[in-house]
Amino acid sequence: MLSVIVFVPLAAAAVLAAAPGVPDRWARWAWLAVSTVEVALVAVVVAGYDTPAAGGLAFEERVRWIPSVGSSYHVGVDGLSLPLLALTAAVFTACAGHAVREEHRPRAQAALFLFLEFTCFGLFVAQDLILFFLFFDLSIVGMYFAIAGWGHGQRARSAMKFFLYTFLGSLALLLGFIGLYLAADPHTFDIPELVAAAPLAGSPGVGGLVLAALLLGLAVKTPTVPFHTWLPPAHTDASAIGSAVLAAILLKMGTYGFVRIAMPALPDAWRAWSWAILTIGVVSVLYGALVALAQTNVKRMIAYTSVNHMGYVVLAVGAAGVVADGAREARELAVTGAVTQMVSHGLITAALFLLAGVLQERTGSYEMDHYGGLAGPAPRFAALFAIGAFASLGLPGFSGFVAEFQIFAGSIGATWGAALALPGILVTAALFLRALQRVFTGPTRGKSHGFGDLRAHELWPVAALLTLALLIGVVPWPLLDLVAPASATVVDLVSR
Amino acid sequence: MTGASPTGAALLWVVVALPAVVGAGLATAGRRADRPAPAVAIATAAVALVAGTAVAVLRPAVRVPFVPGADLGLGVDALSAVVVPTVAAVTLLVLVFAAGDITEHRARFFGLMLLFAAAVAVTATATTLPTLLFAWEVMGATSFALIGFSWRQGHRVAAGTTAFVTTRTADLGLYLAAGAALAGGAGLALADLPDAADPWRDVVAAGVLVAALGKAAQLPFSSWLSRAMEGPSPVSALLHSAAMVAMGGYLLLRTAPLLAATGWAATAAAWAGALTALLLGAVAVAQRDLKQLLAASTSAQLGFVVLAAGVAAVAGGTAHLVAHAATKALLFLVAGAWLSALGTKQLDALRGAARRWPAVGVTASVGLLALAGVVPLSLWATKDEVLAAAKASSPALYLVGLAAAGLSAAYAAKVLWLVWQPLPDDAEAGLDDEEPGTRRIGSVQRRPLGVLAVGAAVLGLLVWPPVGERLRAALGEAGAPAPGPVELAVSAVLAIAVVLAVARRPVPEPDWARSWLGLGTATRTVVVSPVLRLAHALARFDDRVLDGAVEAGARGTVLAAREAAVADDTGFDGAAEGVAVLVRRLGGFARRTQTGLLHQYYVQAAAVLGAALLMLLVATT
Repeated sequence: MLSVIVFVPLAAAAVLAAAPGVPDRWARWAWLAVSTVEVALVAVVVAGYDTPAAGGLAFEERVRWIPSVGSSYHVGVDGLSLPLLALTAAVFTACAGHAVREEHRPRAQAALFLFLEFTCFGLFVAQDLILFFLFFDLSIVGMYFAIAGWGHGQRARSAMKFFLYTFLGSLALLLGFIGLYLAADPHTFDIPELVAAAPLAGSPGVGGLVLAALLLGLAVKTPTVPFHTWLPPAHTDASAIGSAVLAAILLKMGTYGFVRIAMPALPDAWRAWSWAILTIGVVSVLYGALVALAQTNVKRMIAYTSVNHMGYVVLAVGAAGVVADGAREARELAVTGAVTQMVSHGLITAALFLLAGVLQERTGSYEMDHYGGLAGPAPRFAALFAIGAFASLGLPGFSGFVAEFQIFAGSIGATWGAALALPGILVTAALFLRALQRVFTGPTRGKSHGFGDLRAHELWPVAALLTLALLIGVVPWPLLDLVAPASATVVDLVSR
Repeated sequence: MTGASPTGAALLWVVVALPAVVGAGLATAGRRADRPAPAVAIATAAVALVAGTAVAVLRPAVRVPFVPGADLGLGVDALSAVVVPTVAAVTLLVLVFAAGDITEHRARFFGLMLLFAAAVAVTATATTLPTLLFAWEVMGATSFALIGFSWRQGHRVAAGTTAFVTTRTADLGLYLAAGAALAGGAGLALADLPDAADPWRDVVAAGVLVAALGKAAQLPFSSWLSRAMEGPSPVSALLHSAAMVAMGGYLLLRTAPLLAATGWAATAAAWAGALTALLLGAVAVAQRDLKQLLAASTSAQLGFVVLAAGVAAVAGGTAHLVAHAATKALLFLVAGAWLSALGTKQLDALRGAARRWPAVGVTASVGLLALAGVVPLSLWATKDEVLAAAKASSPALYLVGLAAAGLSAAYAAKVLWLVWQPLPDDAEAGLDDEEPGTRRIGSVQRRPLGVLAVGAAVLGLLVWPPVGERLRAALGEAGAPAPGPVELAVSAVLAIAVVLAVARRPVPEPDWARSWLGLGTATRTVVVSPVLRLAHALARFDDRVLDGAVEAGARGTVLAAREAAVADDTGFDGAAEGVAVLVRRLGGFARRTQTGLLHQYYVQAAAVLGAALLMLLVATT
């Protein structure tokens, strides 16, 4: 079943890429149709999902692949990956919906994004490091073409920067994977086997180095301060849907790697270095928020809030490594919050980037000062952006609050240091309200004149994403029931 | 998810969910819902009021799962049984007024007001910390949206931003409290917070205290309330006096056992409340804008509620909160009615306003006399109930509180005498400075004023027997200190004396008080500007240093590659070429022997043979 989910988009991409005769119209709708089918397939998996025993997987498949290095085609899902699978299906469908009016090489774009969808699904179900790495790098390649081919501004340069930076990061990741492989006896790239063996438990020096390599690789992709500077140009120059996929899904590959691989496979090193991870988290939260506050470009601002939001995740997984007496419940809450945040940020930031793309599409400018009073000519746009902004700043009723409440309550419950990040949610509030104020309120001026309001294909994908964020915000327990057992397992594993 | 009574539980859901759903629907429906919005909203608020009254009797409790280890819990106890119907009633009356007062974008306005009403109902009935924080911040967001309701005027939206960011600063306390409660092992139920282990209990108490002071516009957070007056008057009446700001005081009443358990937090709350009552009372006296005066007065009056929580006078604090809600909602609506009719809220221009519409003037006077603490109106009795507990706790607190009561009389009297003065000859001077006035106050606006005036007059019953005794008993304070005849007489005489004195001579309006103690300026210079400067400095650092380093690294790599290419060309390739040249040269040498001349070959052969012979000889010897 998982293989079907993974390979259907690839097959569709191959057909679209190989058939130049397909009319543009068909290509666009085919993409939307395939994405919708993927949503249905993921829904089937969610419906059929029974929480497996601790450390176990559901819908597991394992096929011989490269036996000489102990690598197999091994896929499966648990409470950490299934929510991200669902997020991937939702965000790509929203993007397909947004792109039904795309005029610029729609067939190639559909093929490329279906290929990207394949890499994202593949990464989240991968239970083998080689497989994980393969999808990790393929996603970088796909996104390079998405930025270079459909971006604007200095797209070639931004795409190249994105590619080289994250590719370099992936090499560090590969180094860490090889370290794990060599330390395991017998040698293996299989994630559950590595997690069960925790191969470097007895050697803090090597364990620390392997963890450092993994952290570096994942930190570039997440991204955390100071490895984030590829993100703003990549977002600014990418198309709306490119930005949405990049922020919503690709960034999660980094944070997912923390909970899937680094924490459970290297528990001793993780505990030993948890203070450093916590510090990176706190710095990313505060730094990301403050730099975002100073931005005048809407897309750059949202990009920096991603650094801030991913900082909460890093903060939480760092706090989960601070093993103290009696704070077990708090650490589980922190990890659950981290996974919730991945989903929440995916939904909300995808919505905000799809909306920000409308600015570029109408006037070619993301500069806040070029607008003013935009709520007059574009009330629907203003309303959705305001809702997205409040969701992003963690307003209760939306998923961001559920995530951030758990992250803060859990992390502070585990270690006081986490409280240092609290001003982050304040600065985020200030920066979003300032942006709303500058772009949408006051007298209508500048490029706001004659600004057309959202059309159906711009409205509904965003509304759907924000509705999901609202649902999770009001009724979070179906999601949390899925995540919490897996968080408990991760906390168990890291406490070994 | 059931409480003691299934009917009660269902009604509790009606109280919180009905306004939320209808409000969200109206707020997002767009202009087409403008026409039915007031009627729909008023009907919803009426249903909520009926249900709210019913749950006050039935006392249901409900729980639904939210996050692991912390359910969303709602419950009605003796405290919320008083507050929920009060807030629901004020909401209904304010919405009726707004049906006449708000003429544009009604769907958005009434939708947001209903969303707010739902949030305040959840706040009042919350039994766990996540529930409280959930509703707490939604109140803040609706406050932002309603202050900036007229979004074409940028300064109004900016005022909303200030309000939201200031109150959220204080809200961080609740996030901190949640973490500390988990660490302290007490869980996240509000009632269990006093059981948290030391030192976490202190952190929980500090967090709750800060959050409450922020929402209640107590010192040092008061100035956001001044800016919040940019909002429409019905918003000021409901959010920025009767309900949202009051919820700050309410939270402390609810968590009074926690404050008391720490020892220091109760004292801190008591003094924060008393000093706010005193200083913001002085601020109110000095204002020349009616809404600014009422706003400062709101902070000051809630100071008494916060003081009550600090000295464990929950019944007295609750009574004061309820009586103040009716009184202040009334006065804000009157201010709104005058603003819409006369286009101004400047006190100078409102000279004689009560004489233009005497019925409105009479209700305003009831509210102002109650606010002044004139016997026998409501706030006189409720305030004395609080002050009696303060006196039992510390004489200094009592004296500060009494001085604050005197200031209430002063600012209320200032308005009272002014609006009843004869209309000046140039009656139109100073009018319409804010908006073009309509010169009329419709019956839709007038009716709620009368109801609220009755409330302002009689809600003092909440402290008198038999209601007062039952309330105290229900809140477990049967033996709480009650004001004696002397104290009641002292405050009654004080109020009347001050009111009469203000009639004779104008009150002082010193700059420090007129400018709200400079709190807004101080916040800008001490917090906002440095943070913005830091943000810009970090953004430059990000571009120049961090990104610069990456770019430099990339350039360095390209440069190194170029050098390597040069080295490759001149070094490795040069060496290889050199070898080739050498070999070619040697080849050239070798070729030179191949002359094709036989005699030279013989010479070469002889030379080689000679050399071989020589080597053989050397080797053998």
